[in-house]
Amino acid sequence: MAVNLQTEHSAKSLPLLQLEHLSISARKMPNRLLVNDVSFSIEVGKTTCVVGESGSGKSLTALAVMGLLSRQLQRNTGKVLFNNADKGVVDLTGLDDESLRKLRGDKIAMIFQEPMTSLNPVLTVGYQIGESLTTHLGLKGERLKNRVASLLEMVGIPPGRANSYPDELSGGQRQRVMIAMSIACEPSLLIADEPTTALDVTVQAQILKLLSDLKTRMNMGMLFITHDFGVVADIADNVVVMFRGEIVEAGTREQVLGNPQHPYTKALLACVPDAEGKKQLKPIDYAWLAGEKAQAVAVGGMHE
Amino acid sequence: MSEDILVARNLVKTYTQRSGRFGFGSTAVKALNDVSISLRTGKTLAVVGESGSGKSTLARCLLQLQPLDSGEVLFQGQDLAKLQPSALREMRKNLQMVFQDPFASLNPRMRVGEIVGEGLLIHGLGSVTEQQKNVVAMLKRVGLTEADMQKYPHEFSGGQRQRIGIARALVLQPQVVVCDEPVSALDVSIQAQILLLLKELQQEMALSYIFISHDLRVVRHIADDMVVMYHGQVVEQGAVADIYAQPAHDYTQNLLAAIPGKRVVNG
Repeated sequence: MAVNLQTEHSAKSLPLLQLEHLSISARKMPNRLLVNDVSFSIEVGKTTCVVGESGSGKSLTALAVMGLLSRQLQRNTGKVLFNNADKGVVDLTGLDDESLRKLRGDKIAMIFQEPMTSLNPVLTVGYQIGESLTTHLGLKGERLKNRVASLLEMVGIPPGRANSYPDELSGGQRQRVMIAMSIACEPSLLIADEPTTALDVTVQAQILKLLSDLKTRMNMGMLFITHDFGVVADIADNVVVMFRGEIVEAGTREQVLGNPQHPYTKALLACVPDAEGKKQLKPIDYAWLAGEKAQAVAVGGMHE
Repeated sequence: MSEDILVARNLVKTYTQRSGRFGFGSTAVKALNDVSISLRTGKTLAVVGESGSGKSTLARCLLQLQPLDSGEVLFQGQDLAKLQPSALREMRKNLQMVFQDPFASLNPRMRVGEIVGEGLLIHGLGSVTEQQKNVVAMLKRVGLTEADMQKYPHEFSGGQRQRIGIARALVLQPQVVVCDEPVSALDVSIQAQILLLLKELQQEMALSYIFISHDLRVVRHIADDMVVMYHGQVVEQGAVADIYAQPAHDYTQNLLAAIPGKRVVNG
């Protein structure tokens, strides 16, 4: 199967990750789609931002890529094609648990939203960072220690803090630890689910800079989930706007931010206050929803 | 009407923190170190700074929700810090607060009607029917309905809960409202609705706001004056437009440089 796909896709330059017609629903209600026919792709070394309000299906899409959907949910249709450099393109949805586990943390890594709750409080941060290095690369002893120290240094934490427990670190530092964990095996795809939402502006700016440095240095592709258009403007190459489980608009950053086509994107942009204070703030307006069905189909067709 | 409705002078608040081996020692942390601010009548004063800079402590100390170590808070010429408890309680109907986390600040066992009407009940304002009428009017004003009075907080979304919090604070017809990060827990789309609501209410009810926030885009939009706090001290204060145009202090420059989306296009 992998071979087939390889030939099918090798004509174009291969994207790093390609979602095709992904739909997710609750197991008990298979007709109510939480994510409906979502398709987009991420290029090698580029950042794709997924934007939307809470409940729009951003996080579910990310979890589906990782195969981490909770048991109450199911993937109805769709493929998640991952371009695994040396082994060709694989459909992540077709993999068994064992092979998926081998990819996770190694080739595909994820930064979760809440740095306060996603670290294990009874293990030192050094141990937690080292875990994936031991599992995937078999590092042990002195070499493991050195690697963990250099990772901590890379994210701007003194290597001596490796023996600290999560509660001894600040929110920003914990998020840095999460980043160190996720980049430990130099993944080719990094999924970041609102990594800076819980943080101060100054810390947020540092983390965003760190992520974009790492992206350039390791040539990582990034799937970045956020609801802050300011962050999008800073880091995105491509933008996907989601609303109620569907993609309403997709394109490059310049297209989506500079010349939004869909009324929802326009409404969402209009309610972001700007730093100069020139812009008239508007509450979000769903009036377009009424006569929107036909147009939604047309826009849906635009990004294949 | 540019006189000051609320003036705080030389506020000092120190917390003691356990330290040393087994926490036997103690160190003093200065949360407020000689802070002086003034709020102009009918205007909005923003307090910005990173977490741990003393913003929320300032809010709580202004309303005497926490005792001050020293300093005075003058509201219409009266020093709140020196008032008797009963007189202070009487004064509280003029000074209200909108809290940060709409999920934690509403009592889950009270109906919305009771939450909003509690202040009226405590201060004995009007008869029961009048109180009821006021609550309904206030709920309608913030965009909720009369039927919502019978519901419990968990039946509402984050934005709606923040509306309930605002109704609760404003039903007493206060003069000063302290908003402690009222929109930081909300989605951008909801955030704009709440900001606009706060602005409208300010005009209608002639409110003066102290607006605590770490989002400088929001501050630019809603505030007239601002105070920048860093490690418990005020490092810069003045009109918002001036400070954004020419930040004098290093820390303010850092904060302004950290605003995401400087390049964002006007949508």
